[in-house]
Amino acid sequence: MSLTVGDRLNKAEEAVQARVKRHNSLTSGHRACQGCGEALAARCALDAAYNATGGKIVVVNATGCLEVFTTPYPDNAWGVPWLHSLFGNAPAVATGAAAAFAARGDHEMRVIAQGGDGGTTDIGMGCLSGMFERNDDVLYICYNNEAYMNTGVQRSSSTPALSRTATTFPIKQYMGNDPMSGKCVPKIAMAHGIPYVATATIGDIRDFERKVVKAIHMRGARYIEVYSPCPLGWGSQPCDTVRLARLVVRCGLYPLFEAENGKISSVTKIENLIPVEDYLRPQKRFAHLFGKNADPEHIKVIQKIADANIEEYNLTGGC
Amino acid sequence: MLHQIEGAQAIAHAVAMCRPKVVCAYPITPQTHIVEKLGEMVHAGEVENCAFINVESEMAALSVAIGSQASGVRSYTATSSQGLLYMMEAVYNASGMQLPIVMTLGNRTIGAPLNIWNDHSDAMSARDAGWLMLFAETNQEALDLHIQAFKIAETVGCPVMVCVDGFILTHAYEGVDLPTQDAVDEFLPPYNPDVRLDISNPCAMGMMVSPEYFTEVKYLAHLRQQNALKIIDQTAKQFAQKFGRESGGLVRYYGDPNADTVIVAMGSVIGTVKDVIDELNAAGGKFAILTIVSYRPLPVEEIRAALSNAKRVIVLEKAFALGRGGVLAQEVELALMPFSGEFLSVIAGIGGRPITRTLLRQFFTQETYPEKTTFLGLNHKVVDIMSRME
Repeated sequence: MSLTVGDRLNKAEEAVQARVKRHNSLTSGHRACQGCGEALAARCALDAAYNATGGKIVVVNATGCLEVFTTPYPDNAWGVPWLHSLFGNAPAVATGAAAAFAARGDHEMRVIAQGGDGGTTDIGMGCLSGMFERNDDVLYICYNNEAYMNTGVQRSSSTPALSRTATTFPIKQYMGNDPMSGKCVPKIAMAHGIPYVATATIGDIRDFERKVVKAIHMRGARYIEVYSPCPLGWGSQPCDTVRLARLVVRCGLYPLFEAENGKISSVTKIENLIPVEDYLRPQKRFAHLFGKNADPEHIKVIQKIADANIEEYNLTGGC
Repeated sequence: MLHQIEGAQAIAHAVAMCRPKVVCAYPITPQTHIVEKLGEMVHAGEVENCAFINVESEMAALSVAIGSQASGVRSYTATSSQGLLYMMEAVYNASGMQLPIVMTLGNRTIGAPLNIWNDHSDAMSARDAGWLMLFAETNQEALDLHIQAFKIAETVGCPVMVCVDGFILTHAYEGVDLPTQDAVDEFLPPYNPDVRLDISNPCAMGMMVSPEYFTEVKYLAHLRQQNALKIIDQTAKQFAQKFGRESGGLVRYYGDPNADTVIVAMGSVIGTVKDVIDELNAAGGKFAILTIVSYRPLPVEEIRAALSNAKRVIVLEKAFALGRGGVLAQEVELALMPFSGEFLSVIAGIGGRPITRTLLRQFFTQETYPEKTTFLGLNHKVVDIMSRME
């Protein structure tokens, strides 16, 4: 069955994105690059939330590509009430919006905050943690493309091991982003004990939509991180965006799970495990790991990360 | 009826009577008592439908207020000193988005060296941030200015920073008249903005504006500030009519109407200056003081009208730009040009150094002034020791 549209003959299984009458919360004509994973993810997330709430959503956006390519004044690609304030404060702005709707007695309204990995895991981390620990009534969605793409592909705390970015550029003496660096924000979110945390990819739209719908119906602080490839930043083909989002799961580098109240509640098993090499090879950001002078040990470093994930989350074993 | 309460509490009562729906709190001395009192009042149910949110930083405090104000509810926070710097990105953002948030600035200096005491360095760091900035002389005026601030902010479509001297006002117990809730309700109508996050009228707020429109956006913001001069004046008059006392406005003149020497100052030091002027005028002097209540927008015409006949203008201020001198002095001097009289700048009360009547009297009655800029009460012995240590 298609991971994208679901079973068209079974309405209960059909993806919101597959419907002719989807809302198009992020409409066409915006200025994202071809094959942009973030644009795809944002439209899927908001259409699913819009559909689930009867349109009762407002959106707060951190600074980044998503903000820039959707709202070059006077054009606006959003079909929902939308607010952009700053790079690092989207969770706090969303907290304010949620408090305002509660004070107005509008208890049906749902507030979604969204941002890239830089705005979320780095500069927005303080506000995000505050929003989590107060259990503010916000669904935060992080579109993770693993670097600061809007400013020209610089490293973030979400950039993967040995990846090439503009600030981790591999040279003879340096092989790219430090494999010991980085942090797992979904786990940090779980440590706050918030009602819901999930990871998703745009390689499986129905799974992502299901998680968004589940989260939007809950109250309190919820966090979804969605893996969103960036052809420009990764040096991948626009037509490979969805494929890479599937390969990253299949090799074990991006575990898909849900956690409720701080505990893992579901894990997506890998059906056809592949070596990390199959995922890394189509991306220029890892090209330095291949070439004729490459050291095969470097691929092993990344494979070890995938293996550790497979073990930690029991990604290949039975339930 | 007069209540003998702390300045911070007077401000908290004023804010509560303005019926905010969101109050954000983060501790920093010396504003903390304001949000503490507001928390107590909100938790006791004395402020209807109001969320009191303990946030994790000043950046979050103002950001939460940005989110709630943009969602259509009256929002308030308070800060001081380093806190204002920490939230500065959001300070510019709130005014850029025309969100009429009201924030108290409990004025305190900025480190290093660390110092928690009063001066106006923090306010000066935000002077170009697009907020309206009003300075309170007394606790009564601090209370009154907050009630006026919400009205001014919402009329102009611009946030207002009410500057209140840390400790000198925030922590001082003085008799203040608390207005009735009914009177405040009659003065300040409910907040119902046309533009907000609203599913019945979805719009995008905080868009990216490119060079072909940016100048126009900023020019319009400048016009709104110019227009605020009228609104601030008008609001003070309406306030006087409703509550029976003069508070706020653009500038106030006190002393000899034909003064030779006019002192210009802002905030709580005015009281001390008035006392000195009274003494000097009683002894045959010709002194006056021009209080600047509205620092942003700066009432240039009013300043010029009040000062142009003076033989000597002394700008007394609690802040200065390193390497340049007085900040308010530069602005007043520019407003007066061309000025044929003597123009002097006095930096005083930095980092909480008391500004005493003796020091002021000595300075105001000096025969000649060797320096255009004077650091009042500067201890040259200490300067010598410290410079030898460097």
